[in-house]
Amino acid sequence: MRAACQEMIYELAKSDPRVFFIGSDLGSGTMEGFKSEFQGRFLMEGVSEANIIGLAAGLALEGKIPYVVTIATFNTRRCFEQIAVDVCLHNLPVRIVGQGAGYVYAPLGPTHQAIEDIAIMRALPNMTVVAPADADEMRRLMAQTADWPGPIYIRVAKGGDQVVSSGDHGFQIGKPILMRAGADALILTTGITLQIGLEAAKRLEGSGIQASVLHVHTLKPFAGDEILEAASRARCVVSVEEHTVVGGLGSAAAEALAEARLDRAVPFRRIGIPDVFAHEYGSQASIMATMGITAERVTAVVAELLD
Amino acid sequence: MAASRRGHVGSAFSLVEILRVLYDHVLRFDPKRPNWHERDRFILSKGHGCLALYVLLAEKGFFPDRELGRFCLSDGILGGHPEYGRVPGIELSTGSLGHGLPVGVGMAINAKYENATHRVFVVIGDGESNEGSVWEAALCASKHRLTNLTVLVDYNKQQSYGATSDVLELEPLADKWKSFGFAVREVDGHDIQELSATLSGVPFNPDSPSVIICHTIKGRGVPFVEGNLSWHHKNRLTDQEINELISALEAQQ
Repeated sequence: MRAACQEMIYELAKSDPRVFFIGSDLGSGTMEGFKSEFQGRFLMEGVSEANIIGLAAGLALEGKIPYVVTIATFNTRRCFEQIAVDVCLHNLPVRIVGQGAGYVYAPLGPTHQAIEDIAIMRALPNMTVVAPADADEMRRLMAQTADWPGPIYIRVAKGGDQVVSSGDHGFQIGKPILMRAGADALILTTGITLQIGLEAAKRLEGSGIQASVLHVHTLKPFAGDEILEAASRARCVVSVEEHTVVGGLGSAAAEALAEARLDRAVPFRRIGIPDVFAHEYGSQASIMATMGITAERVTAVVAELLD
Repeated sequence: MAASRRGHVGSAFSLVEILRVLYDHVLRFDPKRPNWHERDRFILSKGHGCLALYVLLAEKGFFPDRELGRFCLSDGILGGHPEYGRVPGIELSTGSLGHGLPVGVGMAINAKYENATHRVFVVIGDGESNEGSVWEAALCASKHRLTNLTVLVDYNKQQSYGATSDVLELEPLADKWKSFGFAVREVDGHDIQELSATLSGVPFNPDSPSVIICHTIKGRGVPFVEGNLSWHHKNRLTDQEINELISALEAQQ
């Protein structure tokens, strides 16, 4: 997914002279092709995220479309105020690409794990927040980013995530995708939890429970109406995210459900990181298992809510 | 200010001559076309000094004088910090410190990329220079050899709590900027001739960005405001205080 994202920035730059690439201190050789072909539009500015976001805002004020690429924690937490003031307050088309979000950097510990990036980006006026599920979906998203008005935060997982999305579903920023329809339960996913949601739905089907999977790749603007519409047809709703349960997909869904006037109460549960920092290393999958972000857990929670 | 009875009075009087020289003699602009691409970009990064900037922008015709009477009022466009998109001639919403220089660096990189002739000028404060982002941007400006970028430091040696030497010492300030790769000049920031002559010489070095350290006095020109920390930011100004300010200014003429 990360490679697809970077390839697409290169592709966009070929046809759009407004596109700039700005990195901090990325891996040696990153974006070699872009660098040699579009030298003046390639900037690698060192470990100085506050400066980089301001610099990107300066370029955007001049009509450029900068893609700011670095590790998600440093591209959100470290320079949050620059994003709020320089980018969002001025409503500029800066694209903030948060690489290795969630637990991708599991072995490197909690300083490198972006567990609240969606929450803090979602809280900013004018910001759009998108978390694609896999490399294919990333390509479909990126193709739409050059002309999207205002800032975008793009949450990037790692490489080799199982491809589950399909071009047949199309892709439109802000519009969730119904990946699977079933009358009993509604599973909401974002980013790579789409894979978990689909796996859970398959398992539930084995025990006679039909689940819908609604892939909410865009966290902001949040498609509350589509979610309420899907929820109104379900007997329970479960959200799944590789992110703290504070302020992410589950919170956004809860806000929509709590303010809605549904004909009946729909049992609802958030599955995500339970408001803690991880204190183990291992792998992305192993920490997600510790935090209970797995197909097994989704299956069990759905069964419990329907019981 | 008489309308809202508030404002960063000391800060405005500290930098008013710097802005006067910039707008009278240095900056290329057209108030009828505030977005004219070939204009020089000016960012007041220490946005709290905006009272002085508003007066100059009005004088130059960016907006009608009557706006000055609505400073900080709900029906006005001029806030306690300058706002982009709302006030013609304001390139960036500032107020939070440490933002103007990184954004100015981005604008200067763009001008260089486009081989454009316009320049970028950024006024920063001394208290503002506590912010790490100022120095990140300085490294970046130097790396890119942004000869089209000039930083002016309003160095009145006072910040909100007290003397900069007590709160967070900046000295040796000129050496710091030199070591960050800037060509450095120091001037009396209230001397119009010296400011004007110095600014006409930018870039000072054909290969590096420029910084002018402007030695200033906070509240300069009003004896009871000069160097008086309580005038860094004032609200609920009384009629008497406003009259005294006006008398002190008139006495200078």
